Amino acid sequence: MARIGVFVCHCGENIGRTVDCARVAGEIGKLPGVVHSVDYKYMCSDPGQALIKQAIAEKGLTGVVVSACSPHMHERTFRRAAGGAGLNPFLCEMANIREHCSWIHEDREAATDKAIDLARVIVEKVKRNVPLETIRIPVEKRALVIGGGIAGIQAALDLADGGAEVVLVEKEPSIGGHMSQLSETFPTLDCSQCILTPRMVEVYQHPRIRLMAYCEVDAVEGYIGNFKVTIRQKARSVDETKCNGCGACQKACVVKNVPSEFDERLGKRTAIYVPFPQAVPNIPVIDREHCAYFKGRARGMKKDACGKCKEACARGAIDFAQEDRFVTEKVGAIVVATGYELYSIGKDQPAAGLKGYGEYGYGTVPDVIDGLQFERLASASGPTAGKLLRPSDGKVPKKIVFLQCVGSRDPAKGIDYCSKVCCMYVAKHTMLYRHKVHDGEATVFYMDVRAAGKGYDEFTRRAVEEDGAVYVRGRVSRVYRDGDVVKVLGFDTLNGTPVEIDADMVVLATAMRPRKGIEKLAQTLSVSYDRHGFINEAHPKLRPVETNTAGVFVAGACQAPRDIPDSVAMASAAAAKVLGLFSNEMLEREPTVARVDAALCAGCFHCERVCPYGAVEHKEVRDRKGNLLKVVADVNPGVCQGCGTCQATCPSKSVELMGFTDEQIYAEVNALAL
Amino acid sequence: MRTHGTDAPAHGPLSLRAEMKERTGKNTARCYQCGKCSAGCPMAGETRLRPHDVMRLVNQDARARLLADESIWLCLTCETCTERCPNGCDPARTMDALREMALEASPGSPPRALLAFHRAFLDQVRWTGRSFELGLVADYKLRTGALLQDVATAPGLVARGKLGFVPHPIDGVKEVRRIFEACEEATRAASGKKEGA
Repeated sequence: MARIGVFVCHCGENIGRTVDCARVAGEIGKLPGVVHSVDYKYMCSDPGQALIKQAIAEKGLTGVVVSACSPHMHERTFRRAAGGAGLNPFLCEMANIREHCSWIHEDREAATDKAIDLARVIVEKVKRNVPLETIRIPVEKRALVIGGGIAGIQAALDLADGGAEVVLVEKEPSIGGHMSQLSETFPTLDCSQCILTPRMVEVYQHPRIRLMAYCEVDAVEGYIGNFKVTIRQKARSVDETKCNGCGACQKACVVKNVPSEFDERLGKRTAIYVPFPQAVPNIPVIDREHCAYFKGRARGMKKDACGKCKEACARGAIDFAQEDRFVTEKVGAIVVATGYELYSIGKDQPAAGLKGYGEYGYGTVPDVIDGLQFERLASASGPTAGKLLRPSDGKVPKKIVFLQCVGSRDPAKGIDYCSKVCCMYVAKHTMLYRHKVHDGEATVFYMDVRAAGKGYDEFTRRAVEEDGAVYVRGRVSRVYRDGDVVKVLGFDTLNGTPVEIDADMVVLATAMRPRKGIEKLAQTLSVSYDRHGFINEAHPKLRPVETNTAGVFVAGACQAPRDIPDSVAMASAAAAKVLGLFSNEMLEREPTVARVDAALCAGCFHCERVCPYGAVEHKEVRDRKGNLLKVVADVNPGVCQGCGTCQATCPSKSVELMGFTDEQIYAEVNALAL
Repeated sequence: MRTHGTDAPAHGPLSLRAEMKERTGKNTARCYQCGKCSAGCPMAGETRLRPHDVMRLVNQDARARLLADESIWLCLTCETCTERCPNGCDPARTMDALREMALEASPGSPPRALLAFHRAFLDQVRWTGRSFELGLVADYKLRTGALLQDVATAPGLVARGKLGFVPHPIDGVKEVRRIFEACEEATRAASGKKEGA
């Protein structure tokens, strides 16, 4: 027979003003199974908690109901008190008569009646509560960082320096990301490579970092503290253990005119290549699409069409037969830092709803380029060795027009957000240009200059005041080629006059978008993303680097447009969160998870299909001889988040959420109805 | 850059901005078009170009449009704009420099009445060391022939003692005249040098 104790709290005046707490305690005390019912001014205070402990000890209570505030507020407090008195904490529940009753009603009589109802409902539930044990799961103290840009590099280094083992996975042949392409960085104009490459080398040499470049995450299983990650090692066609990065293969390669991705197609590379001289790891990759050997194979030639690189390699590292390999890693936490790509200005759009800018001539007018291409033109390591020369005829451009907000803040083109970094890098571009071409004219078309950041506004003002950039407020309507010049038609909204400029070159500050394929990765990781593909943080203010999946964190521009300082700060924050997680030997989880009754389960696996967390697994049921009887569903308590969707879906009622069983819910409803 | 209609061909990159820096010692590029100057300008309701427009056009090298516009002559040089500018720009001094440039480019360019008023005012200062209102009015009316303009306001001004009948020259009138002469001499020398070169 149940022996329930009920404790009604006044919460000072909060409840007591509207609810007659003494009457609630009196009425509830008459219910069958309730052996103790009292009211008190502040139940969460020390004397209040002492009342509960004392009653448990003296009256041998089998369940406790605290009629007070929201369980969000004090469930832990009261469960701890109950646990302190020797009662299983999950036999203690709260009836919310504050947020759900006293705060929202005025009629004292009716509110008191409602409070009695609310308490009665929980009493009936608690009568059917069973003791539950907190789930303890071990933590694998290794972290996976996805993406080797500045955010991923920072996260990996912070984690490794903090004592954690790190697996850093990078899709491209080298780490470094977009930052390695930049010439100089705002707001200090320090050389991007100079501050980045030492960090890249540090990653490579760190004893606790396993760098996996030219790899992709293929599958993720498991849950916080215990993820199993399958990583695809794409075939480099070069044996990493033999190659010493001498570069002889690249010199020997006969294919020399492949547009370089690193140089944003403004330069050329060979078919066997490292993206840039400072690449980490400094091991080449054969681009099979362009390689003469593989092209010959694809055409069905029996004789090898080429093999110059293999002949040139003194160490026998070239391996044409290499295939993709799969590696499995066990990790306890994952940091997603996949970064961004530029919005496509031309016709090819990666997603429905996005439109290009035909009116800006990108792709048809050679002297219309995007921001990253300008970075390569201005970079000492770029295709022009740092000389600013326009792509069409290699002349020094005397007039450059910069267009801000190309894609950004343009709902008609499919992007309504501000890309945040363009105002700053355009100001930087005007400076770099004027530093290289002293008599050059830099004109910027802008809608607003958004330069919020330490030293940022000063930086944009410097572009205007010291380096003579002319800012014209307004969007450009059309850019087209007119003989030797690029015509720019715009409007100066401050003067109210149309503007027409004969430019030598036009640079488009295109919007930042999440990387292609981010949706697939997010689905693999069970994290949510917004309609643009940016990974959603768990809370925009209070949990900015966590995702809604426990153990998966986010850093850098895959979450929203971010500049370098923001990305680095986020990466360090994510690393701190992971290290905090790793400081526990075991993780404690609420035991309110789903459990399957194997005897009842028919193995239809509806539950598996509806589970948002992938917590449902298959379990074989065998007889004593080992014959397979049936395959049933089984819930992994580490993954289950206790949402109850499976319970609502199961046709045979064989899966139940602990602490919220059908029996308990029906009892609550009946308590109201009867 | 070419703006439709009013602008002259460019004089090389940003030449007006550079010339203004030479004339006023101030960097007009510091202007970020907040409009505080125009917000305080007593003539903002009367002129086509307000102080912030003038600053912007200087930065855009719109020399011809600026020098041809009457607005620079309607400026009262009260200097409220300069006083209030958050960025240490000097719209009043810029306006002054533009007037100088307009006169140098073509002495007949200012509107006749406005030039007459400026001349009449300077004459008063030259002869009395200060502004003598009645003399100013008489001088202006003789220069423009607008004899009956605003006559109706005279009795009221006289009654409130705003219109004295006798000038009160300051003690240092001679020194003031010497300043005028020195300025004229310097201007002659400068123009002679220009012609010589």
